[in-house]
Amino acid sequence: MGRYVVRRLLQMIPVFIGATLLIFLMVNVMGDPIAGLCGDRQCDPATAAQLKKEFGLDKPVWQQYVTYMGNVFTGDFGTAFNGQPVTELMASAFPVTIRLTIVAILFEIVIGITLGVVTGLHRGRPVDTGVLLATLVVISVPTFVTGLLLQLLLGVQWGWIKPSVSPEAPFNELIVPGLVLASVSLAYVTRLTRTSIAENKRADYVRTAVAKGLPRHRVVTRHLLRNSLIPVVTFIGTDIGALMGGAIVTERIFNIHGVGYQLYQGILRQNTQTVVGFVTVLVLVFLVANLLVDLLYAVLDPRIRYA
Amino acid sequence: MRGATHAKWAACAASVALVATACGGGGSGSDSSAVLSASWGDPQNPLEPANTNEVQGGKVLDMIFRGLKRYDPETGEAQNMLADSIDTSDSQTFTIKVKDGWTFSDGEKVTAKSFVDAWNYGASLKNNQKNAYFFGYIQGYDQVHPEDGSAQTADTLSGLTVVDDMTFTVKLTQKFSTFPDTLGYVAFAPLPQSFFDDHSAWLSKPIGNGPYTIQSYSKGSQMQLTKWDGYPGDDKAQNGGVTLKVYTDNNTAYTDLLAGNLDLVDDIPASQLKNVQNDLGDRYLNTPAGIIQTLAFPFYDKDWDTAGAQKVRTGMSMAINRQQITDTIFQKTRTPASDWTSPVLGKDGGFQDGLCGDACTYNPSEAKKLIEEGGGLPNGQIKISYNADTGSHKQWVDAVCNSINNALGNNKACVGNPIGTFADFRNQIGDQKMTGPFRAGWQMDYPLIQNFLQPLYYTNASSNDGKWSNQQFDKLVDQANAETDTSKAVQTFQQAEEVVRDNMAAIPLWYQNGSAGFSERLSNVKLNPFSVPVYNEIKVG
Repeated sequence: MGRYVVRRLLQMIPVFIGATLLIFLMVNVMGDPIAGLCGDRQCDPATAAQLKKEFGLDKPVWQQYVTYMGNVFTGDFGTAFNGQPVTELMASAFPVTIRLTIVAILFEIVIGITLGVVTGLHRGRPVDTGVLLATLVVISVPTFVTGLLLQLLLGVQWGWIKPSVSPEAPFNELIVPGLVLASVSLAYVTRLTRTSIAENKRADYVRTAVAKGLPRHRVVTRHLLRNSLIPVVTFIGTDIGALMGGAIVTERIFNIHGVGYQLYQGILRQNTQTVVGFVTVLVLVFLVANLLVDLLYAVLDPRIRYA
Repeated sequence: MRGATHAKWAACAASVALVATACGGGGSGSDSSAVLSASWGDPQNPLEPANTNEVQGGKVLDMIFRGLKRYDPETGEAQNMLADSIDTSDSQTFTIKVKDGWTFSDGEKVTAKSFVDAWNYGASLKNNQKNAYFFGYIQGYDQVHPEDGSAQTADTLSGLTVVDDMTFTVKLTQKFSTFPDTLGYVAFAPLPQSFFDDHSAWLSKPIGNGPYTIQSYSKGSQMQLTKWDGYPGDDKAQNGGVTLKVYTDNNTAYTDLLAGNLDLVDDIPASQLKNVQNDLGDRYLNTPAGIIQTLAFPFYDKDWDTAGAQKVRTGMSMAINRQQITDTIFQKTRTPASDWTSPVLGKDGGFQDGLCGDACTYNPSEAKKLIEEGGGLPNGQIKISYNADTGSHKQWVDAVCNSINNALGNNKACVGNPIGTFADFRNQIGDQKMTGPFRAGWQMDYPLIQNFLQPLYYTNASSNDGKWSNQQFDKLVDQANAETDTSKAVQTFQQAEEVVRDNMAAIPLWYQNGSAGFSERLSNVKLNPFSVPVYNEIKVG
């Protein structure tokens, strides 16, 4: 187990370097960002040269990358164009997005798995058909439509919530955005759980458990569900990374100042330091979430062992 | 907001004892201590006066700073604010007397030194100030800000001299009669000593001399400004303060306004322009701003620098149906342009409706004739370049092309050429890589006709992106700048503008309006000629 974890951690190093290098190059390909800083007019050449020097943009790309990586290992992620250190931006953005992700994941787990179990156990019944249809609708409608619709209905028409989230972004304001963010994944979780449960329902070990005379809820939760969760856990694990980085649309609609907002602004202003810094952290989150998922397999299915 | 409500009740309780005024909002009684919330965008640059060149940072600086002059929010006329007098005998050396009795909100006195230090800081190359070129007329600028980026040989402008506590002189490199009127621009604001002593602390909570002070500032999300009770000017804040909230998407801000979660939105999203009259009625503002959109041409490209090309450009101008485009695409938030300035200048300031004449009037048959006479479009097709990332430029560029194509009866005569990002668009312009017309927008820095002509069309001027050059134009501008009589100066500038017209150096498209919407709680909301709300005059309740 320990050796396995160490090996996986070592594998992260090349992935990490490769990912950051790619992003660094991609942002660089977009061209010189300084020209965009002076509005609809030419930056005066002396000031532009001075700014380039300050942000290190006058050096060749490989040198910029090496300097950047060197700084990253000392915890310095550079400075955004508005003079704020990127670490400061991260400190304000990540807590918000993590809260939003937690809300979304909770929705996926609680609603998604519950619906999956109910439909899986009652396959072919009206409740199954109804939920299947609903998930189909949710999957096919884009997030920004659901988001704007809920915002307009709940925020403006009925006045139940505030249409935008305050800068502090407490949990209670993130419920609706979290639901919107989770909606598509939630539908997938429902479908995955349903199929898995329906398949395993007929498995030998379930029949044995029933034959032993175990109560129904114990059969479902301890035997059936535990084994059926493996594909679902894989999905939710990878979804953590996707939700954190992919919340750009949801964060825009509800004016949440999280990771998506910073990334969007960084890309628009071609701010290499911001974009690379945030994406680097997201890559790490993704890698760690994947590792945790793999380790969870062993907990869920006793047949899986790591050495 | 809770604090504000308490304050409101306290104010009511106090006033009940004196007079029975209407409390609880609505109707007549306005509450001078109530705080309003307004939409905001994250400023692109650090909030220093000489480093802020976009409207979001400008909003804040307009609230916390007052300069020597201030542009009247309604007429745009430059009026003395901190300046007691600005005198000159030769339009080149100016003696500026600062009014007594002004202080920064931290108690420091505003003196001649506050201005001189601030201007020296703004001009100095080592401080990376993006508005440094505003000090370019002052003597010694080439030493503190060498054009070629070499090491600066001086730290201070030799043209600035402190005479006594409240007086300083400015010596310019050339005659510039309207120089005093440029001093309302934010880059010329005074700075307190704390700006220089502890720069990073100042930046995290700027201190100025305007009607508001910054109470708290969390970068990237919101800023709370409160009324400064000790403000010595006459334009005291009529409300208790303003909370600026950063919105990533102006659609969300608009939704928040409809839901009563926000009081003021100063940028109505284009997609909502159709509904705004229904949603807000008379709480929607659509007033002229000092912004003009034009099509500029690459005069460094030999195709566009021929004798016949002038006819082609004029023909193109006549082929554009401006009225139809502003009515349908912009829902009347733009006005067809008929000169190269802006209506906010007013007639006395140099705006002349119809100066462009026939050349800007839609006339497809004449347009076709002119383009053919001029030798046809270069290479048979023109591409209008624009940046595709912001401002929904695609729609109007396509419409302009459509209009030109219809006039010429050729579906391929004009096409749009989108460029991915604004920075890349600016790069290609800076590197002189344009091969056809390109989008050019100009937002005035100060309401003077000079600002609409000299930076854009003077030989090698800072924003002359097309590198147009015309001796007669340059001569007229020099002459106008040297003219001490304002109305004569304006007339000479108009003659220079006629040179621009006769050569069709750029095609004027439309004047842009500022738009805003506000909640029922607010009254007396106005936009100034820079399309920024006049926050200090807004009444709440």
